[in-house]
Amino acid sequence: MAEKNSSFNQSDGSAGGQGASQADLYREWIDMALLTPIRVAWDDWRTQVGSIIIAFYLLMGTVGVALVEPPTQGQGPRLTPAFQDWSVPLGTNDIGTSILSSTVHATPPMLQMIAAGAVFSTAIATVVGTVSGYKGGLTDRVLTTLTDIAMTIPGLPLIILLAALFEPTNPALIGILITINAWAGLARSIRSQVLSLRDHSYVEASRIMGAPTRRILVDDVLPNIMPYVLINFVNSARNVIFGSVGLYYLGLLGGTHENWGIMLDGAYNGGAIYSLQVIHWLFVPMFAIVGISFGFVLFAQGTEKLFNPRIRARHAETVEDDTAPYQE
Amino acid sequence: MYVAKRVAQALVTFVSVVTITFALVRAIPGGPADFIRAQVMQSGSADEVSMSEINALVESYTNVDPSTPLHVQYFNYLTSVLQGDLGQSVWYSRPVADIIVDAAPWTIFLLSISILLTFGIGIVLGAVMAYLEGTRFDSSSTIASMFLNSVPYYIAAIFLVYVVSIQLGMLPQSGRFTSGLEPGLNVEFIASVLRHAILPVVSLVVTGFGGVAITMRGNAVQEIGEDYIRVAHLRGVPGKRIATRYVGRNAVLPMYTNFMIAVGFMFGGSVILEEIFAYEGLGLYLLQAIEARDYPLMMGTFLIISLAVLVCILIADLTYSKIDPRISDQGSREAY
Repeated sequence: MAEKNSSFNQSDGSAGGQGASQADLYREWIDMALLTPIRVAWDDWRTQVGSIIIAFYLLMGTVGVALVEPPTQGQGPRLTPAFQDWSVPLGTNDIGTSILSSTVHATPPMLQMIAAGAVFSTAIATVVGTVSGYKGGLTDRVLTTLTDIAMTIPGLPLIILLAALFEPTNPALIGILITINAWAGLARSIRSQVLSLRDHSYVEASRIMGAPTRRILVDDVLPNIMPYVLINFVNSARNVIFGSVGLYYLGLLGGTHENWGIMLDGAYNGGAIYSLQVIHWLFVPMFAIVGISFGFVLFAQGTEKLFNPRIRARHAETVEDDTAPYQE
Repeated sequence: MYVAKRVAQALVTFVSVVTITFALVRAIPGGPADFIRAQVMQSGSADEVSMSEINALVESYTNVDPSTPLHVQYFNYLTSVLQGDLGQSVWYSRPVADIIVDAAPWTIFLLSISILLTFGIGIVLGAVMAYLEGTRFDSSSTIASMFLNSVPYYIAAIFLVYVVSIQLGMLPQSGRFTSGLEPGLNVEFIASVLRHAILPVVSLVVTGFGGVAITMRGNAVQEIGEDYIRVAHLRGVPGKRIATRYVGRNAVLPMYTNFMIAVGFMFGGSVILEEIFAYEGLGLYLLQAIEARDYPLMMGTFLIISLAVLVCILIADLTYSKIDPRISDQGSREAY
């Protein structure tokens, strides 16, 4: 991750000179922290396809909800196959609810769950991981033991117990519940990243100058693990999808929101697997679930090279270097 | 020293799991005590049954006597759990321990096979992909791995049930073995058990190995580029030895955390998987206990699933420290 700092020094020509204004520094920072990673990531077809898929679901959750009417009973004849009646393009289920309506209207709560769960688990993991990796000693031992305990308790049964007992209805709350111990794995790997950073000379310099731990963590340690944290933010989105659809499938979250898991449960236990005629009832929610998680996996894989220093070094040009000859 | 530390840590984890279950038993309004009380009331004999008798009844089911102070309750619960007494199932009217002894071997059988296959296939495939980096085989299996990695195991399970057992009629859809068969060590029974295990195992393995393969590929590609590998080639170490001893070992070691997470994930997943296949293991009993509000069974199965994960991780931990000696002298770093 040292490349990041050295590239800052190289491109310092205009900004780091005498006339460096606040705006220049700011622009430099944005360029280094945001634009370059985006440019590197966009080079990869996986990031492109992944972003397009995620954007599609975002559109479905915002614009789609306005265009498609909400699901109700009897929107069309019962068990209409897909692509036959254009008032219900994807067919209907056993009570005549349009599959398209159910699928589209399940998206917004899903996106809320994903956002809440991913933010919660990534934030906890980053705090625990950086503090325990940097501080060492007793703090580290206590935090590592806590992390190990959280990692060992099997997540889904715990979530199922809590969901059955508290019956949460707010999508954001459900998202947080699902990641209640998912932060532990990430915290552990962030800790091992920080372990290799804590003795770098610039961190040591800050320490000798007497900077408070909080400042060292935020200014010196965090920027280096940020790409890794972002990738795992996307990865935990996939876990929230798996967990929430599973809980809805088991019927533990009730029918408070439309969800692909509820559709799946209805189809599987309503006999859709026994007949080719109604197989759309089962396959549409399956496509919806696999599609969104494939989008997130592709995105995470595509951005992973941001984290691999050997690949990064080749791409680490900033705006000033745009005139440099194109390199493959 | 290291072994003792790990075992002690596993014990601490187990006690904290027991504490969590105890807290859940206690803290939830309408918990088991109220539930049993309500059942006694319903049976119409409420007038004759005194409060102390109800308390005794609650204690015989859950090992928690509501009339004693909290710390005494906690201590009693902890000691009875450590003695293997998990209370009495309200729904099945059997000791929870009996149900678990019946169910646990099946879940452990399914999941240990799944975990071994997932990591075996994933590691071998990832290593091959890394050695063939950039070829068509590499890019196509990377895409396939990514796709399979984004399919939830329960979707794969439903899909397999639909294709393999309903449409093709090749494998049984549900259960642990063909009903009517007498359990025993004969060929027919074992064959039936294996046939029933194929679909659950395949749905976990197919959706799991992709992630392992991608991680392994990344690690191995990085390892192959290291200087010491080039030196090993230059000094004439046979390629096969480099692949297994140098690259393989160093690429597998960092996946230890993945393994820990996968064990917890798969054991947790048994709840949904066993529901889909109506496979009477721990997960199915846990789900039934939740649906029937059978608190003693709920807590018991939860404890045992946690215990299984703990033991798996402890075994992995101890073998890991044998392979990688660096792990056991951690914690000697300076504290800031």
